[in-house]
Amino acid sequence: MKNPYIPHEVKILDTWYEAPGDRCIKTFKVTFTDEKVWDTWSHLPGQCAMVGIPGVGESMFCISSSPTEKGYLRFSIMKAGKNTSALHELEAGDTFFVRGPLGNNFPLEDWKGKNVVTIGGGIGQAPLRPVIQWIRDNRGDYGELQLIYGARTSADHCFKDEFKEILEEGECACHLSIDVEEEEWPHFVGFVPQLLLEVAPSPENTIAVTCGPPIMIKFVLQNLEKLGFTPDQVYTTLENRMKCGIGKCGRCNVGHLYVCKDGPVFSYAQLKEIPEAFA
Amino acid sequence: MALKKLSKEKMGEVLGELSKFRLVAPAKSDEVVVFKQIGDPQEAFLDYGNSTVPPKKFAFPQTETLFRFMVGSPELKEKNVEEEGTTVIFGLRPCDARAMAIVDKLFSWDFDDPYYLKRRELTTLVGMACVEPPSVNCFCTSLQGSPFGTEGLDMLLTDMGDYYLVQSLTEKGEKLAETLSSQLEEAPAGDEKKAEEMARESEGRIRRSISTAGIPEKLPGLWENELWKRVSAACLGCGICTFLCPTCHCFDIQDEVDEGGEGRRCRMWDSCMFEEYTLHASGHNPRPTRRERTRNRINHKYSYYPNRFGVIACVGCGRCINLCPVNIDILDILDQVVDAQ
Ligand SMILES: Cc1cc2nc3c(=O)[nH]c(=O)nc-3n(C[C@H](O)[C@H](O)[C@H](O)COP(=O)(O)OP(=O)(O)OC[C@H]3O[C@@H](n4cnc5c(N)ncnc54)[C@H](O)[C@@H]3O)c2cc1C
Ligand code: SF4
Ligand code: SF4
Ligand code: FES
Repeated sequence: MKNPYIPHEVKILDTWYEAPGDRCIKTFKVTFTDEKVWDTWSHLPGQCAMVGIPGVGESMFCISSSPTEKGYLRFSIMKAGKNTSALHELEAGDTFFVRGPLGNNFPLEDWKGKNVVTIGGGIGQAPLRPVIQWIRDNRGDYGELQLIYGARTSADHCFKDEFKEILEEGECACHLSIDVEEEEWPHFVGFVPQLLLEVAPSPENTIAVTCGPPIMIKFVLQNLEKLGFTPDQVYTTLENRMKCGIGKCGRCNVGHLYVCKDGPVFSYAQLKEIPEAFA
Repeated sequence: MALKKLSKEKMGEVLGELSKFRLVAPAKSDEVVVFKQIGDPQEAFLDYGNSTVPPKKFAFPQTETLFRFMVGSPELKEKNVEEEGTTVIFGLRPCDARAMAIVDKLFSWDFDDPYYLKRRELTTLVGMACVEPPSVNCFCTSLQGSPFGTEGLDMLLTDMGDYYLVQSLTEKGEKLAETLSSQLEEAPAGDEKKAEEMARESEGRIRRSISTAGIPEKLPGLWENELWKRVSAACLGCGICTFLCPTCHCFDIQDEVDEGGEGRRCRMWDSCMFEEYTLHASGHNPRPTRRERTRNRINHKYSYYPNRFGVIACVGCGRCINLCPVNIDILDILDQVVDAQ
């Protein structure tokens, strides 16, 4: 019997900061120490893993790299508590442990031939990054790609270099925002839900994917409805406290759904039925 | 399968025979009855109502190691459950055995839980029929259970006065009967009928009941109903109702490290009635008060579990009623659910 509680050691290839501050965000690019693990590993955009250090603990993170990026995984981790603080101490060459892949994925196969708009806020861009990367790497399979992303300040933006690259390429529309005015900020100032109304993507043959703080998600969903998106055109991820990650410990349920097993990816159509979803 | 008879004088011998396995039986610990591993057959206390603590910990220990490690070393040493050996749980009540059958569904759902499932594979359950319902708050018959129920059991014993009627129910039960062949005799003709009669009588003595039909379907619609506030008002959040429930299975995972750097990752029972259970690192808590937590407990048992696994995760053992320090009564909650508009 395969033991789903046993994590695999990974070695850090590279790390960098995405955002500064008390709750800074650091990205870890890692590879399995035992190369054979790659033979049994396959993940899809949206899937997660338990990441941790034996002796400290583990917590759930989305895998912020796309499976089209070979030979490494990425995690973008905000310093939020005990485990994440210990992880933030680590540098290239150090190791930690990963258990997964866990959870479901964005149904990217079903979205072939459609336009996709992603709407992210803060660290919530992490699960959207593999979606974007996947589409960029399978460009012919999808229609237009539009990115909407905001954070409190320009320094709080994750994946800055990639956004720059995408903007320069000019291949897909890219709309950035910050909450409050800054000198020389060429893009939108205001909250992400407002930016969404400003950009006003057409719901025609389009899928919208959103992730961010709960309050942002709530208003984004409302505004998507205003724009004419139906609940089955809209996807988001949910977050809950987790321990087992495999539907056993009973901790992460929202209504009858386990976020760790039935999610973290849900369609808005699914969530509308569940009063606890945005508690 | 063949019915056997076990005369009461031979019980000591039987327990002696069974102690070549890890033998778990009800025993007195101060004033409460608990299931524990017994070495000496004298320790077994079979003349009991029901145990205060259900025997679930022998499949799902209160704390158990998942793996061991040295801090900083890549080597993780997986716990080998097999070392615990073959186990016989002797004398448990039908509701508690049925509870294990219900929880089995969760631990084998999608991801197999190797610790739990291995232990279940190594365990034989020998039940003791309830000739008398053990507590005033038993309501197993409302949940497709029975004082003589066999679900989850490998063998059932019924107290017939001077002897026990022994019914092997599964292959494991048959094997156990073979092990005990020198203590077992042919059962008197007509005992099967007599036991059926006793079962009906015992069922007739169950005092409390609820019609569970429709509750799973109705619960989602009562989300914002004021009843949740009412039924949770007195709750202390102590978690007894969940710790002592034979179907509750929630756990936490924690790492422990000693001064030498030797550590283990273990899991331990946890309760959805605790505030920290759903507390995020951000400080946000999706179930901030006892109202939400009580609502979740009832919904989990009576709506979410049946929704996913096709069975209500409550066997009507009555423990949560008997042992709640402020007399919160699940049947009273369910009555209010039934009556709610
Ligand atoms: C599906 C999913 C994907 C996530 N993806 C990311 C990501 O890509 N980047 C990121 O920075 N964060 C992500 N998170 C949040 C992250 O798991 C928590 O913020 C983190 O566990 C808290 O930090 P800690 O473990 O240091 O806190 P501690 O206080 O040490 O945590 C104690 C325990 O509580 C659990 N816990 C506490 N808060 C949360 C929470 N909000 N969500 C889940 N478990 C929690 C942890 O699992 C841990 O076992 C994700 C959460 C989920 C559920
Ligand atoms: S046993 Fe009673 S007081 Fe304690 S948590 Fe359960 S309902 Fe609340
Ligand atoms: S909910 Fe109460 S009555 Fe039902 S199985 Fe659990 S302890 Fe027994
Ligand atoms: S994290 Fe254990 S059930 Fe979801």
